[in-house]
Amino acid sequence: MNIDALLLCLSSSACATTQISTAFIIGMLLFLVASGLSLIFGVLNVTNFAHGGLYMLGAYFALSTYAVTGIFWAALVVAAVATGFVGIALERLIISRIYGADLLMQLLVCYALTLIMDDAIRFIYGSDYKMMGMPGAFALPPLAIAGGFIPAYYLFMIAASAVAGLALWFTINRTRFGKIVRALAINPSMVSVLGINTTLLYAIVFGVGSGLAGLAGGLAAPIRTLTPGMGLSFLLDSFIIIVIGGMGSIGGAFVASILVGFIKALGAIGFPLFTDGLMFAIMAVVLILRPQGLFGERSAR
Amino acid sequence: MNSNLITNVGAAALAVAVFAALPFLFPGAAMVDFIVYVAAYGLLAMSLNLLVGLTGLVAFGHAIFFASGSYTFGLLMQSGAVSIPVAVALTVIGTAALALVTGAICVRLKDVYFSFITLAFQMVFYSVVLTWVSLTGGDQGLLGGIPKPVFAGIDLNNGYSLYLFCIILFAICAIIMRQVWQSPFGYTLRLIRDNATRADFLGVDVFRMKLAVFVLSASIASVGGIILALFVSGAYPEFAFWTTSGDAIFALMLGGTKLFLGPLFGAFLLELLEHYVRAHTEYQNFVLGIVILLIVLGLKRGILDYVHDYWVRRRKVEKKPATAVKLARSPDA
Repeated sequence: MNIDALLLCLSSSACATTQISTAFIIGMLLFLVASGLSLIFGVLNVTNFAHGGLYMLGAYFALSTYAVTGIFWAALVVAAVATGFVGIALERLIISRIYGADLLMQLLVCYALTLIMDDAIRFIYGSDYKMMGMPGAFALPPLAIAGGFIPAYYLFMIAASAVAGLALWFTINRTRFGKIVRALAINPSMVSVLGINTTLLYAIVFGVGSGLAGLAGGLAAPIRTLTPGMGLSFLLDSFIIIVIGGMGSIGGAFVASILVGFIKALGAIGFPLFTDGLMFAIMAVVLILRPQGLFGERSAR
Repeated sequence: MNSNLITNVGAAALAVAVFAALPFLFPGAAMVDFIVYVAAYGLLAMSLNLLVGLTGLVAFGHAIFFASGSYTFGLLMQSGAVSIPVAVALTVIGTAALALVTGAICVRLKDVYFSFITLAFQMVFYSVVLTWVSLTGGDQGLLGGIPKPVFAGIDLNNGYSLYLFCIILFAICAIIMRQVWQSPFGYTLRLIRDNATRADFLGVDVFRMKLAVFVLSASIASVGGIILALFVSGAYPEFAFWTTSGDAIFALMLGGTKLFLGPLFGAFLLELLEHYVRAHTEYQNFVLGIVILLIVLGLKRGILDYVHDYWVRRRKVEKKPATAVKLARSPDA
């Protein structure tokens, strides 16, 4: 533990700015993954443990698209859309068979999917680290903000995640489609009786959730090294987030993501070995005091 | 002595005798290694099944007790203050105390929330092991090996004695678990699994029952950890990582949760898969993933459960050809 280093960093505005911007990019990426996870859990009542694998797929889709076309926007769109379609295919072929099955079945099927996706990526791309490189449009000098320097891409990433998150929130809470989805979460048979194709809707929701993970992967590709298995740590983090924020709550996922982002960014300086421990400890405390999560509504006792 | 106990002890003694003879029939270290690993991870899986299969508590963090067993035992032996049997007893008691504290918090939560909080405790434990380098050796694991002083004329530095000691520890735990499996306590736990509200109305103290089985299961998992620590002469943070719990759950699902020996069979299959698939392809996870999907989506239950259900159904068909086949859920064996 090195709390002095942490305090020293926080007292210098350059270091503090850097760490805070890091906290936000970690937080926003996690938010995209976790909100997709939360959406799927809230509507389909499936704990999708394969979500980290979808994030990884998104990153590799972006890598390949960028290598072929050289257009970063195309890479992002392909990452989100292609991962979304992979999600739909998984839902139709496999996940739909375990609706209503117990937690262990879901866990095991998703675990199997993660193993398969990881090895498939390893088979295609090899197991060495891949770098996508910063797209030309963002190869700018870092911006000086409050004495610290923040790469332009970070700001774009935060903005893009925020836009995606807001769009999701708006769709779920303010549109007719969102109303149907919320109804589906509460009473699927009633929705079905009203003449709505719930099978299609489930697939779409799963696809959107997967697409968000893919988008997060695409956004992360320029600044992270890509490896098979990169999704796994993200998966654990996003579970911590949906438990802390409340399962099925997008606002909760946002607050918890930023919290986890800060713990990771500041922990990297102050207590690098115990950042995971601290996150799980917070998760345990939340589960003890408010099991449904900070913003959740379900009863958990 | 009731007849169950006699049967169980007899069966266990027979199994121990068979396994004690195996190294003479098939010499070679590889098989002994394999058996001890299956025994250690088998105890973890079987003890987990007391929670999952018997009580319906899906714990994601059971490896915390496995690792607590390895580390407590390793540290006690390295301190040089106690003999092996005393260290085993102290380790089990210590882990039971840990389980009493965490369990009292965990079993109040239900469903997936219970699963997540057990995972949280395990990962906090893992982080503590990683961070507390001066005590645990951090990510290097317990350094310097675990001394095995001679006790009662038994020298565990001898490979065969160690093997036998591990088998006997396993057998004792298996007898205890089997007794619980068949006891009124075990049937109370099944009642809680199937309908906790009804159990409550019948006057069962659900919280205390759950806590009791939690502590018992943790104590037995710690013996699995002791076996592994003894055998590899060390303890590593990976024992406390979530993948260890994941493997145990995987073993349960592979082997089945309804039969007493299902998890052991699963642990055996898992070791076998890892062993042989790794020897043939570097894409072992791919194969593993396909196998899981086939079992989960095809059989929809563990292999032994499937076989068991099949037998039960056939017996019913033979006895009463007219009704039969509609049996949705077979009773526990």
